Amino acid sequence: MARKLLLEHINVPGINTLDVYRQKGGYRAVEKALKTLTPDEVVEEVKKSGLRGRGGAGFPTGMKWSFLAKPEGVARYLVCNADESEPGTFKDRYLMTYIPHALIEGMIVSSFALGANTSYIYVRGEMMPQIRILERAIAEAKNAGFLGKNILGSGYDLELYVQPGGGAYICGEETALLESLEGKRGNPRIKPPFPAIAGLYGCPTVVNNVESIAAVVPIINDGGDEYAKIGIGRSTGTKLISASGNLVRPGVYEIELGLPVEEFIYSDEWCGGIANGKRLKATVAGGSSVPVLPANLTLKLANGDPRLMSYESLSEGGFATGTMMGSGGFIAFDEDQCIVRNTWNFSRFYHHESCGQCSPCREGTGWMEKVLHRLEYGHGKMSDIDLLVDVSKKIEGNTICPLGDAAAWPVASAIRHFRDEFEWHVNEPVKSLSTNYGLANYAEPIAKAVTAEN
Amino acid sequence: MLKVEEQQPVEFSSALIEKFDEIVRRYPEGKQKSALLPILHLVQAELGWLSAAAMDKVAAYLDIQDIEVYEVASFYSMYFLKPQGKYVLEVCRTGPCCLVGAEKLMGHIEDKLGVKENEVTADGLFSWRGVECLAACGYGPVLQIGPEYTFYENLNEQKVDELIEDLRKK
Repeated sequence: MARKLLLEHINVPGINTLDVYRQKGGYRAVEKALKTLTPDEVVEEVKKSGLRGRGGAGFPTGMKWSFLAKPEGVARYLVCNADESEPGTFKDRYLMTYIPHALIEGMIVSSFALGANTSYIYVRGEMMPQIRILERAIAEAKNAGFLGKNILGSGYDLELYVQPGGGAYICGEETALLESLEGKRGNPRIKPPFPAIAGLYGCPTVVNNVESIAAVVPIINDGGDEYAKIGIGRSTGTKLISASGNLVRPGVYEIELGLPVEEFIYSDEWCGGIANGKRLKATVAGGSSVPVLPANLTLKLANGDPRLMSYESLSEGGFATGTMMGSGGFIAFDEDQCIVRNTWNFSRFYHHESCGQCSPCREGTGWMEKVLHRLEYGHGKMSDIDLLVDVSKKIEGNTICPLGDAAAWPVASAIRHFRDEFEWHVNEPVKSLSTNYGLANYAEPIAKAVTAEN
Repeated sequence: MLKVEEQQPVEFSSALIEKFDEIVRRYPEGKQKSALLPILHLVQAELGWLSAAAMDKVAAYLDIQDIEVYEVASFYSMYFLKPQGKYVLEVCRTGPCCLVGAEKLMGHIEDKLGVKENEVTADGLFSWRGVECLAACGYGPVLQIGPEYTFYENLNEQKVDELIEDLRKK
């Protein structure tokens, strides 16, 4: 059995309550940090652990913390990014639902390390049940003396609040999140200045993902060196993977980084293989924003070695033959799934969620969605395929925030690996209709329309 | 779009104002605008949607310009700027849910309720819409119903029919 640090007690009845969480060793990290360590020593442990941001960027968390400006007399903030809305990613919802005190304990330790006396958990507004769960858990923690004034007699004060979002994927980008927390539209800010210098209300701020903050708890309990022993290379520790799509057992899994992708997909300990006895066609390994990979490159590197669930192995070969760890949102497509339709679906998502601030993203995402829609529905031209590649290149790298890249990569990679399928949609517009998506009600009239037009 | 004829007078109860006050206390002095999103959620839960009059009232409470409220309410997808059904069925229409039948389910809901997306049934009880990823991709198809945002997972046509009938009986 793989070692579990975050989900070890997930199936213990009542683990969402303070009492049971403490019976299982909860809040030891708060006691250890506040009573025996200085804030700098906590930062040092996190640096030693090698923990990398679990929200998608993979930037070393301890290093990010050490960038925080510390001017005298200026408030500092820790903001937890719980705006989980990347298609394919649902690990943070799971963690907050079933073991909310893991996040709250991590927030207390992390806030102490950063010298923040007020911290916020920004939760996407659609997760109202999780917001209520967190608020209840915060009240429990406060009543037990883990929040508020002079926590555990340490002289450290912390107030912790939950902030609901309003429904906008872009608020998962850290500066857009801060704008939203200030009561504004979620338009990303130009960086620099980075939030570590000028973040919430212009004050030094660290924004970390739910899973990153929860991981601080076992790091402090066992020490950064112990955490760094788990995993492989610079991919240390464990990682929550959200598995969805055509799998026998989709769900949230905690893996030790370095697990072979093939084992993750086919082993009974994990996803149990592809559903309904089908073959694997493709995967998206790290949430919808990362490049799609065909089955052969999902399981093996270009040189034939097994591909591993690690930051380095997943990106091996660059975008030509690799992808990214991203948020750990692992989507599997079986042999019947239509790559064109799925690419259109993701493109629609990014068009819908573009904040509209940058022209390449605002216009380009809509353009890609329209072209993909006409390809999927049998009205595409062969030149549309190169047009899509061209538009994706014009978006990539030309926007304030990474949403433009996130919109471009799925399209460019789908065409890179599955160009023949796009061409088939042009050559066989009726045959290629995606009835496998449950569109039987729509397929017949569309087929008639296409036939009449042609 | 905001319409002048929808400007019915709005009064917030003292209980609601108390909740507003509690939220404003979460932020530093002078940063009360941070309370805007949570307050709009509370107002929408109370009124069912956000009329221009309601948003003006929020602006006055927070001591900010009306336009600052409009631009936020119109940016985020959770705020309704026109009346909805009592129950708004929001079905996730993004990739992973579609892999397991979300589009078919939306077609079924449209047939079952007899109204198109974003329309309200004649009895005022229901409206429905497709929404982007609800972060439950492993348990799709999923839908949620506000204002509590109760969540339903692993849905099929039969489960949706039962859910709609249960709501009709409430």
